[in-house]
Amino acid sequence: MMQPHTQSSEHAVAPILHAKNLVKRFGRVTALDHCDFELYPGEILAVIGDNGAGKSTLIKAISGALVPDQGKLYLDGQEVRFTSPLDARKQGIETVYQQLAMSPALSIADNMFMGRELRKPGFMGQVLRQLDRPAMEAFAREKLNELGLMTIQNIRQPVETLSGGQRQGVAVARAAAFGSRVIILDEPTAALGVKESRRVLELISEVKARGIPIVLISHNMPHVFEAADRIHVHRLGKRLCVLNPADYSMSDAVAFMTGAKEPDVEAVGV
Amino acid sequence: MAKSDSNSPVHESSLGSAPDAVASFEDDRAGFIKKLQHTLHLNPSMVPLIVLLLSIAVFGLLLGTRFFSPFALTLILQQVQIVGIIAAAQSLIILTAGIDLSVGATMVLSSVVMGQFTFRYGIPVPISIVCGLLCGMLCGMISGLLVSRVRLPPFIVTLGMWQIVLATNFLYSKNETIRAQDIETQASLLQFFGTKITIGGAVFTYGVVFMVLLALVLAYALKHTAWGRHVYAVGDDKEAAELSGVKTGRIILSVYMLSGLICAFAGWALIGRLGSVSPTAGQLSNIESITAVVIGGISLFGGRGSILGTLYGALIVGVFTLGLRLMGADAQWTYLLIGVLIIGAVAVDQWIRRATV
Repeated sequence: MMQPHTQSSEHAVAPILHAKNLVKRFGRVTALDHCDFELYPGEILAVIGDNGAGKSTLIKAISGALVPDQGKLYLDGQEVRFTSPLDARKQGIETVYQQLAMSPALSIADNMFMGRELRKPGFMGQVLRQLDRPAMEAFAREKLNELGLMTIQNIRQPVETLSGGQRQGVAVARAAAFGSRVIILDEPTAALGVKESRRVLELISEVKARGIPIVLISHNMPHVFEAADRIHVHRLGKRLCVLNPADYSMSDAVAFMTGAKEPDVEAVGV
Repeated sequence: MAKSDSNSPVHESSLGSAPDAVASFEDDRAGFIKKLQHTLHLNPSMVPLIVLLLSIAVFGLLLGTRFFSPFALTLILQQVQIVGIIAAAQSLIILTAGIDLSVGATMVLSSVVMGQFTFRYGIPVPISIVCGLLCGMLCGMISGLLVSRVRLPPFIVTLGMWQIVLATNFLYSKNETIRAQDIETQASLLQFFGTKITIGGAVFTYGVVFMVLLALVLAYALKHTAWGRHVYAVGDDKEAAELSGVKTGRIILSVYMLSGLICAFAGWALIGRLGSVSPTAGQLSNIESITAVVIGGISLFGGRGSILGTLYGALIVGVFTLGLRLMGADAQWTYLLIGVLIIGAVAVDQWIRRATV
């Protein structure tokens, strides 16, 4: 095995998203135990870890779905505090949750604009609060087109009529359309077939090509090693180490995250 | 595109030649049935509308002009106005996957507050009415806070509120009825919704007009405003709605408060309908409103259905009640048929839901 190197020395730039000492307890369970996290501009950072390692809690803490008990979060060097997903979204952080967070009975356009609906200008919008459906549908269509997802025939069809892959596509398109600073993807390929997973991985690299950094949580080692620039290994509620996928094999990563092997000193606490 | 197919890992290199079709199935069912299912899926209020028109047609054929007259048809509207208004409130709650058992009690307490404030304390009528409306909204707010903040199940919260509000109603009113004559001479504004408009043989009351306007306004709000979309999203999948940035607690609270306010309006309309203020009125409103909602095609699991369906549901019950009475049938037949309708409506709802694309 090659000697691991300290990753921080590679980065002259400051992290865009930086978490320090996050702690989250649920009753007597400590889901996050003084956990650190860094995401650098333009990179894809994979987060891996065994079930129950606290990956989801970490993601929820940085996307505003959970409020950590302790610790600080910095976005572009500024300290931020998110008390709801809406707070994070206002700062340009979009998250695609594992359960996709969509309302099955509502249309694709309604779902894309959930919580940030556009209203018509003038009297209809300001007094009667009427939604600007044509504008929202045109925008949704354009964004799905951009990501090559126009196999969907009708932007007004309810989300429940879409296949799993299409739903994932809509969720990623929603994040890509509104995420101006960071996009977080929680297990984006877990429920998908081989071909659909490939499409989502392509979507990820398209988003990266636009310069938006991505946090990718996944169990799928081939996907992680293919897509990621760096791999954050999560174990027992904190970051165990950060790996460069070029220097380590998949079996090393699995060994670290299950505790079968301890990483070398330098890789720890990067 | 940063990553083309040629960059994909070796083990997936055959993907390029794999067929693009994903899970397409032979459609071996009759095209019409499937289209119907799909249409109903997109327009959930179609079923009750069809049932309503059919039942009007059938009773019209059986009873002729006795039923099929402007007078009889508008009589149905007058008979369902209270249930119709209450059912609109119930629909909002059920759309958020809740249920409100306290609607009837809230209505009666609000009407009692309007009456007693006027007659016991001598407060000017308009102010008493505003107090009654606020009282209804307060009842809704208590339920709403318990559901959204304390996170108690709506069934339990409103079961408790039903008893609390009803007991408050009897304690406060001392079980006194305010007579219609007194109201007519001293506080006729309380009977505002009983005012009649006659067009030919058709008789409408302001209460009927209010019920229809309320349904239309709510239908607009639910379909064309962000608030309405959020109500559906909360009922559909609360956690998903929360994660996509809907303030679910606030939406639920607003729905319960609005529903309480609508119940208070129903209380005001009730005075118009009865002429008097009676603390023992409207005991069946809970079940009747839920019946209208279910027959109207709103799913008890939340997130699906339309408020116009509820209006049709209330009218269906009204048509059956009047039609069977005019035919001289035992009133039990009405209940029996309504029972059949309820089960039928839910069965149709389940069938429609299986529709895709």
